[in-house]
Amino acid sequence: MASSRGARAVSLRGAGEAALPRPLALGRLLGPRARGRLTPYVFLAPGYLVFATFMLYPLAKALQISFYHWQLMPGRVSQFVGLANYAAVLHDPISWVALRNTVLYAIGTVPTQIVLGLVVAILLDSIVRLRVFFRTLYYLPVITSWVVVSILFKYVFSSDAGLANYVLHDVLHILPGYIGWLQNVPTALFAIGLLGVWKGVGWSMLIFLAALQSIPKEMREAAAVDGAGTIRSYTGVIIPLMAPVMLFVLVLLVIGSFNVFISVYLMTGGAPLHQTEVLLSYMYHQAFDYLDFGYGAALSYLLAAVIFGLSLLQVRFLRREVEY
Amino acid sequence: MTGAQGRKAAIYGALIGGAVLAALPLVFMIATALKANVYIIETPPQFFPTHPTLQNFVDAWSLNSFGVFFTNSLAVAISTTILSVLLSAMMAYAFARFAFAGKTLLFYSLLLTLMIPGLMLVIPQFLLAKTLGLLDSRQGLVFVYIASSLSLNTYLLRAFFEQLPRELEQAVQVDGGGHLVIFTRIVLPLSTPALATVGIFTFLYAWDEFPWAVTAINTDANKTLPMAIALFQSAHQTQWGLVFAASLIAIVPVIVVFITFQRYFVRGLTAGALKI
Repeated sequence: MASSRGARAVSLRGAGEAALPRPLALGRLLGPRARGRLTPYVFLAPGYLVFATFMLYPLAKALQISFYHWQLMPGRVSQFVGLANYAAVLHDPISWVALRNTVLYAIGTVPTQIVLGLVVAILLDSIVRLRVFFRTLYYLPVITSWVVVSILFKYVFSSDAGLANYVLHDVLHILPGYIGWLQNVPTALFAIGLLGVWKGVGWSMLIFLAALQSIPKEMREAAAVDGAGTIRSYTGVIIPLMAPVMLFVLVLLVIGSFNVFISVYLMTGGAPLHQTEVLLSYMYHQAFDYLDFGYGAALSYLLAAVIFGLSLLQVRFLRREVEY
Repeated sequence: MTGAQGRKAAIYGALIGGAVLAALPLVFMIATALKANVYIIETPPQFFPTHPTLQNFVDAWSLNSFGVFFTNSLAVAISTTILSVLLSAMMAYAFARFAFAGKTLLFYSLLLTLMIPGLMLVIPQFLLAKTLGLLDSRQGLVFVYIASSLSLNTYLLRAFFEQLPRELEQAVQVDGGGHLVIFTRIVLPLSTPALATVGIFTFLYAWDEFPWAVTAINTDANKTLPMAIALFQSAHQTQWGLVFAASLIAIVPVIVVFITFQRYFVRGLTAGALKI
């Protein structure tokens, strides 16, 4: 189950297959060998062409743009500025604020989603009746559009008659008065993070639940016979078995948290004074409000480098623990 | 009450508590949408409006060419789904059944784009769409949505195709059938569950996509629902009932699709995870 299987899943398993030449219309002109060699490319071409045009080319283009003072006006010549855009990003205090907020978002939402997702999955795994019903309910926030839930949370956390203010002030009397959740940086970040957790728990729950249910019954029974209590059988036997899945969830959640955009863009728009920006929202504002494409592209590449590095680090460090 | 029963009650209690928290914001949204506008700013906020009305839904549907947005979303999501599933199935077939020069490189180039944030490409995609005359058009949305969904779809379908038994395909080959026959008559029909899985994911992605739509589209005639709802909210700040009625109209198809095809969903989501 462990990493050896992972390596196989990623490697190209079909690589050993010999391509059997068979007549395709085009192939008649060529020898049977050439025909056989062309066939896979015929299957690949249409999709890969779209992919290359709208994904790979933009990926390369973004790198190019990041080295230019990019001019949007037709006829204007963009100047090559070397690493100036990268330097500008690194010297811009707001980009560090955006990085800080993104990291806070990751730290605040990823472990919470993993722990809550795991707890709910374990609870669901231990019941039979209504399991699908509960699973569906917990999963509803995941499938609800980001735009809709962002607007919904904006309403819940609105400054005057919002639900959050009402519950915390009028019902529970925790707050002395109404607060402007989205107008203050810490509370705005909290609301954005809470949305992330609320919307995300169902996803990790679903993955963990499927993993739990794929563990052979004999193993759990063996744990029970050994006299391990429920909690000990989870911590001692079942959770270690799930380590590869947890690594998968961790990596995907971290990548996801660095992708946070819509909630910030719609709930605060980075306000006040860009203090609630995350990396992607700041990139977007730089590019499409200030039309500084070079700066935006440089910021994108720095973000991609961070995500890439983080993913490699997690896989490398945690793989070692997972090995058994 | 025995210990086992007590434990069971505690488990169900915890699950119900969690489910209430999960559903609460959505219930609040429904309640707000059912209120006539005048009640919405009132405190205390009511979860069960005393005078529920469907007026907001009627207004939302008839206002601001909402029908156009709905149709646009549907057209874009359906075109994206059909084309993306077809193209990625073809690519997956090539990766699953052939050895060819550049295979590893091509496959890893697909995986690479799964690691990077899709939004980092928004600047060059904008410039590209401008050059190709695809800005402010639904075709421009469809091309980018297909390209963005191809990697994951190809990855999932390739894994599925590789698990298919080869005997039937060999029989077709013995009978002189080519790869086109194998692909259309054997691989695709046998893969209906996997195709349904990636199809559903692609549909929901295209239905919900926001950042590219808001970047590329300008005119009302080409707007999709998520975009329309976001702009609707900023234009009608205080008319939350209307905004949420529009939102609910947009998310109902998603919930119906999800509940109907739940098993494909679960299978697709966990296919990647359980392989690691």
